[in-house]
Amino acid sequence: MFREEAQLQRGTNPTTTTWFARAHIDPPLLAGVLLLCAFGLFVLYSATGQSSARTMAQAVRLGVALIAMITLAQIPPVVYRRWAWAGYALGLILLLAVLVAGSTGKGAQRWIDIGFRFQPSEIMKIAVPMAAAAYLYTRSLPPNLMSLVALTAIILPPVLLIARQPDLGTAILIGASGAIVVLLAGLRLRVIIAIGAIIGAALPLLWQQLRDYQRQRVLTMLDPQSDPLGAGYNIIQSKIAIGSGGLFGKGWTNGTQGQLEYLPERSTDFIFAVIGEEFGLLGVMTLMLLYLFVVGRGLYIASQAPDSFSRLLAGSLTLTFFVYVLVNTAMVTGLLPVVGVPLPLISYGGTSMVTLLGAFGILMSIQTHKRLLPR
Amino acid sequence: MANLQAIRDTVAEQRIFLGRLFVAVIFVLCASGVVVARLTQLQVIEHEHYADLSQGNRIRIEAAPPTRGLILDRNGNVLAQNLPAYQLEMIPEQVDDIDDALDALIEAGLVNGDYRDEIRDRIRRSASFNPVTLAERLDDAAIAQFARLRPFFRGIDIRARLVRDYPHGDLAAHVIGYVGRLSAQDLDRVDTTNYAGTAQIGKTGIELTYEDLLHGTVGHNEVVTTAEGRAHSYAPRTEPEPGRNVYLTLDLELQRLAETELEGQRGAIVALDPTNGEILAMASAPTFNPNAFARGMGTNAFATLQADLDRPLFNRAISGQYPPGSTIKPILGYGALVSGRTTATRVTHCEGHFSLPGSTHRYRDWKPEGHGIVDLSEAIAQSCDVYFYQLAQDMDIDLMHDFLVQFGLGATLGVEIPGEKAGIVPSRAWKRESFRRRADQVWFPGETVIASIGQGYMLATPLQLAHATAAIAMRGQRAAPQLTLRDEDQLTGASTEYEHSLLPAVGHADEHAWVHVVEAMEDVLQSVRGSAFAAGRGAQYDIAGKSGTAQVFSVAQEEEYDELELDERLKDHALFVAFAPVEAPRIAVAVIIENGSSGSTVAAPIARALTDAWLNR
Repeated sequence: MFREEAQLQRGTNPTTTTWFARAHIDPPLLAGVLLLCAFGLFVLYSATGQSSARTMAQAVRLGVALIAMITLAQIPPVVYRRWAWAGYALGLILLLAVLVAGSTGKGAQRWIDIGFRFQPSEIMKIAVPMAAAAYLYTRSLPPNLMSLVALTAIILPPVLLIARQPDLGTAILIGASGAIVVLLAGLRLRVIIAIGAIIGAALPLLWQQLRDYQRQRVLTMLDPQSDPLGAGYNIIQSKIAIGSGGLFGKGWTNGTQGQLEYLPERSTDFIFAVIGEEFGLLGVMTLMLLYLFVVGRGLYIASQAPDSFSRLLAGSLTLTFFVYVLVNTAMVTGLLPVVGVPLPLISYGGTSMVTLLGAFGILMSIQTHKRLLPR
Repeated sequence: MANLQAIRDTVAEQRIFLGRLFVAVIFVLCASGVVVARLTQLQVIEHEHYADLSQGNRIRIEAAPPTRGLILDRNGNVLAQNLPAYQLEMIPEQVDDIDDALDALIEAGLVNGDYRDEIRDRIRRSASFNPVTLAERLDDAAIAQFARLRPFFRGIDIRARLVRDYPHGDLAAHVIGYVGRLSAQDLDRVDTTNYAGTAQIGKTGIELTYEDLLHGTVGHNEVVTTAEGRAHSYAPRTEPEPGRNVYLTLDLELQRLAETELEGQRGAIVALDPTNGEILAMASAPTFNPNAFARGMGTNAFATLQADLDRPLFNRAISGQYPPGSTIKPILGYGALVSGRTTATRVTHCEGHFSLPGSTHRYRDWKPEGHGIVDLSEAIAQSCDVYFYQLAQDMDIDLMHDFLVQFGLGATLGVEIPGEKAGIVPSRAWKRESFRRRADQVWFPGETVIASIGQGYMLATPLQLAHATAAIAMRGQRAAPQLTLRDEDQLTGASTEYEHSLLPAVGHADEHAWVHVVEAMEDVLQSVRGSAFAAGRGAQYDIAGKSGTAQVFSVAQEEEYDELELDERLKDHALFVAFAPVEAPRIAVAVIIENGSSGSTVAAPIARALTDAWLNR
């Protein structure tokens, strides 16, 4: 403990001369994130039906999220490792509080009112992989069966609580972020196959646990034309928006599907369809490349991380970010059922923006604090 | 903890991690590849399909109804125009449940429940993407009310449309006619495509006859619609072609005078230009306000109008058939002269009554003490009945018939508006054809007697009387009566003139006979003994005319005719026909006042007022 504190002290003594290093900012990641956010605001103005008010509100949230990112970047990884369990416990308590006394929005109990409306599941997006990584830090890798049981005990409770709200999308993503930690830790292939088989066998059981609208979404994805004006409407309109965009798109604020409100949730979950309509294949490819650049940089930071906690956390946060992008784009293009996952850094909305940029702040922290730590 | 960490193979752990990271990179690239492939499929391969769907989503083709042509008088005064008004419209295909929506709108008092079935029928008949009018002329309160309800009524909205308006109210209402709600029967006879978006159609009068010209051709708008079904913007695809303006032969001032003269009475006036048949005034009283129809009246209001004993909707000028009375005497006189059945100098002794040989039945003269010894000229001027009773014996009914029909009586004259009646000029042949029972088909000598004073079976419309008078004025030349002068393009003003048409002239052109008859008609108004001397006094021009008094009710033999005791509606009809100036006629008038008692004292001053107004301009 004391040695680490001492190393921390020396960390404040600059060995590199760049301003970014001193500020614990990773310039490539910052550039990628800022480009994505700028593109997001630009698209959002069009997707909100040219609402300056809502675009400004999002810009303000972005500012808050950037401050959160830079703040989190200043905290060394060791602190995260030490406080990982505390964060996890807090998240779990809040989730239980939501279950008991949460406010309802859009047919689900996801919010808790503490001065402002807040979703505890957002905390868990970071707390779960962080707790899993912190646990594995104390174990030798690859994880043995005993570790696997412990990890399941860490990951499953928050996932089940969130699924009960019900917020299946977030539950799956948080489960995935934990699973990614386990996979990156080197879980053996035969164990992976065995778990896969168990989950496969459990699927029919899970199907029975799903709520009606959740089942409907799955069925609708399989055949959107079966209910063109009901559950299939979103996917049909979204595909029309993207498809009609063609190679170069209809132009900024000229997308008819989005501007005339044929596209539901155009500024939130389906904003990718607005990009596809107004900027065409060229626009969505540019966006995908920006995402891949950010993901690539995140994975690079993970590969360069000094210890297993940092590595696993960086790898999980980055890959979870990618899973967000993947699930949203696959959903909007009709490859996956509609699960209500926003397009990261682009969709309108506050809490997820802070969580995402917070995760990037932790990545920056891992990248900028490591040179002073032993290999 | 620290000792556990000490025995860990950190290098091996990092190697495993890097291996897993490599797998993750492969996964990221493959997954991205799938999404990009999907995007390429949607945006490149199936682009056209989705582009079409997107276009179909937002573009709706909507009918743009044409602007209805104006109706104007001969001097360009507007008689029928279009005013903007707000109406409630439904695009059926955008309404989830049409019946529910209609019921809710009726409940809210925005749509008249009486029209529910009719509206339902129109929705069924019209293309589902074309607007159907649910309510016309919404007032501010209704507009405000709908503004609140609008979010609950997808596919229903308020649109500004042009609605027919008659600025002079009831003036010339019978001629102009009116427009009303497009009904199921109307849809049967028109091209429904051309009436898409149109709520009103000509129901009667010029509005009906010239419907095709006035209506124009429908255009189409491309309407960009939001997912809510609200119009976002309009762009014309084909412009509607506005209907043509129609100019009438009517003169607004003369028409107004005619209607003022008829006010409070039942009757009709037709004034026309004898040289070309142009109708200058056509009035029928009582009248109605066509705006009530254009603005949509309830079934009750319409029933009240129809049930009115005075029949305000009935155009007496062309549909009213009256016994012409003595107004036909000049025609019979001319016929007798040219056929040699009488001469200008032949006289009859009038003792106030006439009997057929071998009969005791007395046919009375209107003047009980008789006119004394009268020739044809005096018989016309003083309207001696006995002279014509005698003349009828010399002419016989069939010859009388032949002359009367030459002046246009007994047949329609083909005026532009619907409802024209033919009247009756009886003859032996007519009676044979008109009665079923053999006993009724026989022509009796007494019927010839009363036919000579325009009574009995004989009937004529005011239009026919004006036309026959014009024929006398023109010494036998006959121009077909007409109500329209020309139509013109609303935009360019390019017009099509309507030609006057002539009818077959009266035969046996005999200048002396004409002079004799016309001079006798001048005496009616200008000789001290003329029946309408009072009405003719002080005229600045030569005026000729003839009074008529038509019996509605036969007075029994030996019974005294007491005007005061008779029910108002059993009183005689008062008639007067006139033309002026005598040498170069410019106006011919027929006036009939139902139950007006006396042609010369009630109808003649009205005819004089019209000739004065027209000639003293």
